[in-house]
Formats: sequence, structure tokens, C-alpha cells
Amino acid sequence: MTTADVPTQRGTPVGYGSMPRKEDERFLRGHGRYVDDITLPGMLHGAVLRSPHAHARIVSLDTSAAQAHPKVRAVITGRTLDGLDLAWMPTLSHDVQAVLATDKVRFQGQEVAFVVAEDRYAARDALELIDVEYEPLPPVVDATRALDADAPVIRDDVEGRTDNRIFDWETGDAAATDAVFANADVVVSQDMLYPRVHPAPMETCGAVADMDPVTGKLTVWTTTQAPHAHRTLYALVAGLPEHKIRVISPDIGGGFGNKVGIYPGYVCAVVGSIVTGKPVKWVEDRSENLMSTSFARDYHMHGEIAATRDGRILGLRVKVLADHGAFNGTAQPSKFPAGFFGVFTGSYDLRAAHCQVTGVYTNKAPGGVAYACSFRITEAVYLVERLVDVLAREVNADPAELRMRNLLRPEQFPYRSATGWEYDSGDYPRTLRTALEAAHYDDLREEQWQRRQRGELMGIGVSFFTEAVGAGPRKHMDILGLGMADGAELRIHPTGKAVLRLSVQTQGQGHETTFAQIVAEELGIPPDDIDVVHGDTDQTPYGLGTYGSRSTPVSGAAAAVVARKVRERARLVASAMLEVDPGDLEWEKGRFFVTGDPTSGATIADIAMAAHSDLDLPEGVEGHLDAETVYNPPNLTYPFGAYVCVVDVDPDTAQVRVRDFVAVDDCGVRINPMIVEGQIHGGLADGIGMALMQVMAFDEDGNHLGGSFMDYLLPTTMECPSWRLGETVTPSPHHPIGAKGVGESATVGSPAAVVNAVVDALAPYGVRHLDMPMTPAVVWRAMQGRPLRTDLAIT
Amino acid sequence: MRITVTVDGTRYTDEVEPRTLLVHYLRNQLGKVGTVVGCDTSNCGACTVHLNGQSVKSCSVLAVQADGGEVTTIEGLARDGELHPVQQAFQDNHALQCGFCTPGMIMQSLDLLSENPEPDEQAVREGLEGNLCRCTGYQNIVRAVRDAAERMRPGAGPEAERVGEATGTAATMGGGAE
Repeated sequence: MTTADVPTQRGTPVGYGSMPRKEDERFLRGHGRYVDDITLPGMLHGAVLRSPHAHARIVSLDTSAAQAHPKVRAVITGRTLDGLDLAWMPTLSHDVQAVLATDKVRFQGQEVAFVVAEDRYAARDALELIDVEYEPLPPVVDATRALDADAPVIRDDVEGRTDNRIFDWETGDAAATDAVFANADVVVSQDMLYPRVHPAPMETCGAVADMDPVTGKLTVWTTTQAPHAHRTLYALVAGLPEHKIRVISPDIGGGFGNKVGIYPGYVCAVVGSIVTGKPVKWVEDRSENLMSTSFARDYHMHGEIAATRDGRILGLRVKVLADHGAFNGTAQPSKFPAGFFGVFTGSYDLRAAHCQVTGVYTNKAPGGVAYACSFRITEAVYLVERLVDVLAREVNADPAELRMRNLLRPEQFPYRSATGWEYDSGDYPRTLRTALEAAHYDDLREEQWQRRQRGELMGIGVSFFTEAVGAGPRKHMDILGLGMADGAELRIHPTGKAVLRLSVQTQGQGHETTFAQIVAEELGIPPDDIDVVHGDTDQTPYGLGTYGSRSTPVSGAAAAVVARKVRERARLVASAMLEVDPGDLEWEKGRFFVTGDPTSGATIADIAMAAHSDLDLPEGVEGHLDAETVYNPPNLTYPFGAYVCVVDVDPDTAQVRVRDFVAVDDCGVRINPMIVEGQIHGGLADGIGMALMQVMAFDEDGNHLGGSFMDYLLPTTMECPSWRLGETVTPSPHHPIGAKGVGESATVGSPAAVVNAVVDALAPYGVRHLDMPMTPAVVWRAMQGRPLRTDLAIT
Repeated sequence: MRITVTVDGTRYTDEVEPRTLLVHYLRNQLGKVGTVVGCDTSNCGACTVHLNGQSVKSCSVLAVQADGGEVTTIEGLARDGELHPVQQAFQDNHALQCGFCTPGMIMQSLDLLSENPEPDEQAVREGLEGNLCRCTGYQNIVRAVRDAAERMRPGAGPEAERVGEATGTAATMGGGAE
């Protein structure tokens, strides 16, 4: 099945449209260059010793046998780092995180010691030779118990801390919301858990750190989505001068938010290089990645929805308990401790909303914001899209029809939501109609009715989401004080070829192609003649990197703006060449010509050569043809979409099979539709995985029960259906080319569609809600009326 | 231990520890870093290579087990600099994003096509079940493998195997390129 059978409104893509990717050739030949592919002269290998306990005091730590191993060059412990004032590092949430544990361990898999040896195998051998004595402490495993009076205090490193509360944050108007609820015909509430999952990029995290003892320059090749932010953080953490640090993000084997923050392993590699005077490589294995790097979600949500009897949504009231693990390492703009969860009012026109989020420490790895969540919008969308379904059941309305009745209308944009977000543009009813038609929604309901008569379980799930991506306006959004603007530099070589330097860092999203397409569109230079340089802080302008689907909204805008600056400079040079006033020149793609005389003109290549020549340039115009810019977005972009999922559930085995999935996305102007559709395919697979398979649960001792691919299940070819995609186009009015971000939309929008479908299938059993992941065991228990806490070990 | 292995057509004789995994031998001793590691439990298939004509997960084979054998990696597929039809089909169908699973996925696809030259969608999906991808949602990979099968079809003649001719990605994807 192809996209062709989804009736769809297609926009005009930018310039070269679905051109093949420039970056493919090297990957297809095995010539991609990822961190673990890098080898430097004299390079040593590091390995991390990790805690077997969730919570324990370190009584003693003996590294003498490891030190004596013939291939070991250094063993670094918390004590070593303490001497360098590096035992703790700042997180992206103004907390601190232990690099190597000094006093106690606070989650299973936490970093305790770092061995540097001549090869990877020897480093692992030496870990076995380190002797640590632990005194186990009671762990906090269940987030809902973290604030109990008798809960052990995890963060006793902080003087005077007496509980596990990290923050309380609220948004919206509590009084107005209470008033709406007091007068509503219908109020329905539902508890729901968005369980802890993990982005699990195919390539794990790693680094090669090379401190040159002669020049004093530190070079770090590393799996980072934000190389410039990493450089600044290394300067702040390690006290090294920033101009003596070069962070290089080479090819990255997927990020999905996992590679935004700085992990202890990176810092240890840097320290290892400083201590040994040699380059040190550290690459974690899969179990380390799953157990210790940034998890996603783990939101315990209590949602209430108020409506009129006939299903007009009036208000939303939400309480969230957020499990952040042992250190608050959540990656998000400083002023948003719960990310952009405030967009939980979704795609609906309602009167009032209020939400309160409490963050707590538990004995688990840090993280929270990752896995294509757009800063907690996965959670927000899941919440509202489940609540709308619960309401539909309550008022006996069709869930698609109920949505259609409550969706924002096109004329309401720009729309200021009840929690203060200004949605840029949207035509929601059109998009939902497109999806319902593609899915043959009415026929599906008819089929479902007939099959239910036969005792068969079929479910249809709808979700409609509004995303908020492109962080963001500097005034409101910063990471550790660094405003979320992004630079771009464009240089046209004398022969008309170009190099575009960017602050963002692709991890497979195709920036090397699509950013060249943006410049190609603006200047008429073929994309193949434009080299896109990114990922090297010595070579590229400052910016905050790629996550939150922010590349197209922020850096994409910067690329268009910088190309337009070059074009204006080119106009001045062309006016000198053609000896006319700049105002007498007209632009057609790739060329200026004299108004009224199209034969008299100059191409960008002609102009670039002239700009480097002895041509007399107008007053104030410097030679050469280049420009730079910093783009500070005026607002986020708000892409949206309508998804329909159809599932069959086996009544005997409780196995869920996704039979059909229709996704209609609107991300404004599509630069490269082929790449956009690939992004959506990947995100839909995430949705299947989270809804049906993936979870990191813990037992009562805090043992991690999803620490390998044996237990942490990712969708394969067999769980994913053939996706059916459609498209509508509602450009962002404030974006230079009308494009919105899209990378995370499908991950954000699809889990609710799958869950709504499964719950719909189970309606004959009286199931109103069921927590992810809907494994056969979970579904079976729900069918028996004995639902499970999916975040805890099955008991 | 001393082993002799032919990798991508070149014979190598090397000292390896008995415990050295084939994938580490390829990557660290031979510099064949096109083959990558994605897990530690033999689930992901990113390390898939051919050993004596069969696809294997090289993280689960010892280098010494390849002694006297013939290994083909992703780096040995192109002929005279031209992409193999499977490689070309992956590009034309946008069957890769970050590229990390791609080498293993292509090696597994070749194995699948050698056993079943005309697989339907279900057969492709079953044949690739041992290879995880986090980016593509698999659909374009399935499409690419079936496209490659078409290009390599016996009797299709050398024209079908010719590389470098894009097969209209925009048309199949409904992309609307100019």
C-alpha cells in the first residue's frame, strides 16, 4: 500500500522536492563515520564500573588489583574526581548529577569507577578486579510513594533536604477552571500512566576525548545532538577555556533525544585523557545505554475533563506526578520544568484549563525529556487524547465526531490557548476529515459492529494532535542561560559553489540534503553544489542543536534568511556589474536581470566571481559573497495531524495486531516530502512500540527490568503495518518559508491512536482505560478486570 | 591464535585472542568499520555480515570461527565503484536515515534475496525480522528490498541491474518533485 490511496491535499515542496539524500552514499557503502569508528594514535579505551544496587552507601572501594592489570593505564574513582572538583556536574535542569559516585549510589547502573586500558577487552576485564563494598539502603521505586513521610531521602548530598520533592509547577487559571468544572453537566476523570521508556538509538552514546598536552586543546568527538552547548558546558564543568575546546559530532546513529545531555562517561573520557595524556575512547554497550542514559516519559497523570451533556468540551484539570529519577537531568528550556506540557489543551477550543506538576526523585536513572517528546508534548497529547475518548464513552458519542465538534476552527488562528500558547496556524477539521475518509471510518464502525456480534475484538482509535516545536524565542526559552537562537553562515565560492554552516546536528533527519534545498530554492544553486557543514564547533556558528523538532523552525529559518542576505548582497554586486541601479534589477531563480531587458543579467555564479574580482563595488559593499545570521524565532511552530489506527485483538491470547494506520500530517510547507514521510514512518513505529511493547519497569529492590533488548522490546518489521500517509498544508505564517517542524509529530501523536484503538476493542469487557504497554499479559489482565501497574514488576 | 580469513576479497592472516568477536576483529584489526554494533544480546542485527555465503550476526561469532572462511561486509558490495542494486534501491526508496542499521540491513536483504528472489511483502518482513531499525519504520526498507528484487530478477537482463538510474522516487512517494 502506498501513500497514493490516501486522498490528500499536496503542497508544493521547496525547490527540489523529494530529491534523493546527499548523505546516503557514504552510509550505503559503510563509509559513515560514527564515534566508535574513530581511531587516534595511542588511543586508550575506557569502561565504566556500575552500581549493582539502586540505593546503597559506598563503604569502601579498592582499585589496587585493577591498577595492577598490565594493560590498565588509569583507574578513576569519585575520589579522583573530587580532587579535580569534577565528582558532580551541573545538569540541564539546574540540579547536579554525580559523575562518579562518592558517598552513595542512587540508581542501579550508576557510574562508580572508570578504567582506562590499552584495549576494550582489557578495560572490561579490569572492571571485574575492582572491589566495592556497599551497604544497601531502602530504595524509592514507586514514584507515588516518593513523598510519603517515611520515604528514604535520596538526595542527602544537599544540605538540609528532608524529602524527595524536586519542584511544583503549575500553569493555567485554577479558579476559572474550578468554576467551569463546578457548572459542567459532565465531569469525567481518569488516572493514566505514561510509563518510563527509552529512546534506544541504534548507536549508543560514546566519546573520544583527546586532550593535547602540548597545545592544551581538548577535542571531543562525541554523540551529541547539541555540540555547541556541550562545548560551553565542558568549559563550565571542567573549567577549561572555551576556545580551547573543540566538540565534534560526527555521523550519529540516531539520537531521538538520547544524545542531548552530557553523560558521566563523556566527562570520564575527558578526565581519562587529561590523566593519561592520550586520547581515550568510551563507548557504552546497550545495557548501559538503557540503564543509565536519558529515559523518557514516566508521568503519572490524573486528568479531568468537563463538558456539556451534548459533548462540548469546557475545561481540563490535570495533576501530574513526574518521576525524574535520582538526579534532575531533564533537558528542557530553563523556565519550563515540565517542558511544554502546558499545551495539554490540545486541539480543542475550551474555556479554562489548569495543570499542576510535581517532580520527584526516585532511585532510577535521570532523564525524562527524550524520545521525540518535544519537551513533554508526548505526555500532553496522550493525556488529552485519552480524556477525549473517555468523555466520548461517557456521553455516548463517536470519538471522531466528538473531536470534530470541538476542534479549533481555521478562523481562530492565531489562537491563544487557555494556558497561554499562541498556535500559529491550522485547519484541523480538514485534516481530520482527510484521515477519516482515508481510513473509511464509517465502514470500519459498521464492520466493528458486525464483528462484535461474532465475539471478535476489533478497535478503532483516533487521535488529533497539535505539536509545539521550534524552541524558541530567546526571551522565553534558554538552556542554562543560553538563548535558543541558532546561527547560519553561507559562503558562495568564486565559482558559484557554496558552503552552508549550521549549528544544528542531524542524527539521520537529512539536514545535509534539506538545508541545501532551502538555499537552492533561495539562490538557484543546485543542492549538489551546496555543502552543508555541521557538528564541529570550530567550524560552525553557535546554536543549540537538534532536538524538539527545532531544526526546520529555527535553523531552517536561519538558512533561508542568510541566503536572502546573500541575495541582497548579490543584487548590489550585480548592479555594479551591469551598471544599473539595484532597484532596476529583478530576481529570477539563480539570476538578476535588468528590468525590461531580460537578456542583460548575471547568474549567482557570475556575481560570485565578480565579487571576488577587481570590479569596483558600490560604497559600503565589501568584496566576496557571503553572509551570516542568527535567527531568533518569534514563536514556535504548531504542526498538527489526525491519526486513525485499527487493531484486532485475539480474544484467546490477548495479542494486539495493528491492522491499519492512517496518518495525515500537516507541517506547513514540506521541504522534501520523501524525507518528511520517512520521519513520520519512524515516529509511527515509535508509537506502536510504546503502546504495545516498550517499558522499563522496576522490581521492589529497584532492579531495572528492561535493561537489554531481551526485555526492552522494540518493534520489528513484524509489528509494524504498512503505514498510510496523507498530507494537508497549512503554512506557518511567521516562518520565512512557511515550514513547521515535523520530526517528532508521529511519535507524539501515534501512541494515543493505538491505545484508543485497543481500549475501543476491549469495550465489551467494560475496559475504559488501560496503561501502556499493551502486551498480551497486560491486555489479558485487563480483560479479567485485574489491570496491572505496568511500571512495577508483575506480582 | 593465528587465523586466515578472506574479507571482501582480501586475504588476512592475524593473531587474535580466542574470545575476540568477529565484529571487533573486522572493526578494530582490519579497520572495516562499516559493520557496526547496536546491542549486546544478538537482537539488533546491525553487525550482520556474510560468512561463507550466509548472513551471520558478527557479534555472535568468534573471529577464530571464521578461520579459513570468507567474509563479505557492506564495504565489499560495490563493484567497480558502482553501488550494488540493493544499495541503490535503498537510496532510491529512502530506506535509510541515520544509516546505522543500514549495512546490516543490506547484508541481510541480500541473504534473503538469495534464498527468495521474488519475496512478497510478508516474506520480506519475515526475512528482516532479525534487524532492528529505529528511524525508518521499516516500510521504505521493505519497498527497497522488493525494488531490488525486481532489479536483480533473473531474465530481467543487465538493464534491470544497471545502477545510477533513479527509479522515480518522487513518483512512488507521491512527492511532487519538479
